[in-house]
Amino acid sequence: MKILIAFVMAGLAATSMAYGPAAKLIAGYRNTGAGPFSPDAGRSAWTQEHPSSSGAGMRSCASCHGSDISKAGRHAKTGKPIEPMALSVNPARLTDAKTVEKWFRRNCRWTLGRECTPQEKGDFIQFITSQ
Amino acid sequence: MKKTISIIALGILSIASIGVVMSSSEWSEREDEERYGKEYESDDHEDGVFRDAWLDSRADVHPAENQIYQSECGGCHFAYQPGLLPGKDWERIMDSLVEHYGDDASLDELQTAEIRGYLLDNAADRARLSRARAFSAGSDAGDGLPRITNTRYFKREHYEIPARIVRSNAEVGSFSNCQACHRSAGAGIYNEHQVVIPGVGKWDD
Repeated sequence: MKILIAFVMAGLAATSMAYGPAAKLIAGYRNTGAGPFSPDAGRSAWTQEHPSSSGAGMRSCASCHGSDISKAGRHAKTGKPIEPMALSVNPARLTDAKTVEKWFRRNCRWTLGRECTPQEKGDFIQFITSQ
Repeated sequence: MKKTISIIALGILSIASIGVVMSSSEWSEREDEERYGKEYESDDHEDGVFRDAWLDSRADVHPAENQIYQSECGGCHFAYQPGLLPGKDWERIMDSLVEHYGDDASLDELQTAEIRGYLLDNAADRARLSRARAFSAGSDAGDGLPRITNTRYFKREHYEIPARIVRSNAEVGSFSNCQACHRSAGAGIYNEHQVVIPGVGKWDD
């Protein structure tokens, strides 16, 4: 009985990551053939460093957002405070697909020098949702 | 005769003192009714505007009221009012959003068009406020990119600020970080009476 409850809870926990505000985005990426998505892959991609096109030094998502996304970040150049990314701390994150895609486009291009693939985006979303 | 003179003197004194009280900076100029009405509207003390000793300051540069501009452009840096650069500089910026001072600031076509229109309509060379018009007086070449900090008016106003209390100041960092010292910059108020440099204090000439 306890094991059954444990499985049900685990199942619910797993599905809760697939539902919620980011569900549509994840579904969209799945349609392109990407997946399965993993929060751990998202986490390691988050702190992975990339050379900048201007030769100004390495950059990663953490350069502005920090590696602990439950805390506020700051823009690497202007110092402007950035609200935490973690969904548990900031439930407004990931609620508008257009906004999410806009920031993916800009920030992936700045950090990686290219657009993120649907696989990478899905992993990032799972990471943000899991925090 | 004495009475007349003293009445006239009293009259002149009252007018002079009203003038002192009403003028908060050497750029005082009553521009138009619209702005006059606007500033008296915001006369409650909840708008976060740093108060002068006498009356509230009026905007030197018209505040950036376009919502899309505020959210899209104010997302990474201070939402510089359109009146701080001439139209031709805003054009160059809007034409090169993909390479925006080292960042990618690209927007969709609709937003780009709307923001471009807003900036050009309210640029320094079209501004009605005299302090904003001053920003259209020309820039130095610098690194070739349009920069408010390279405009001649900006340089003149900031030449006596030692670079170290800005650039080596962790809470400021750069002259581009207006609101770090100009506490009411968000409201378009830049007069020197409202300058508080973090770690240094008021900077009143």
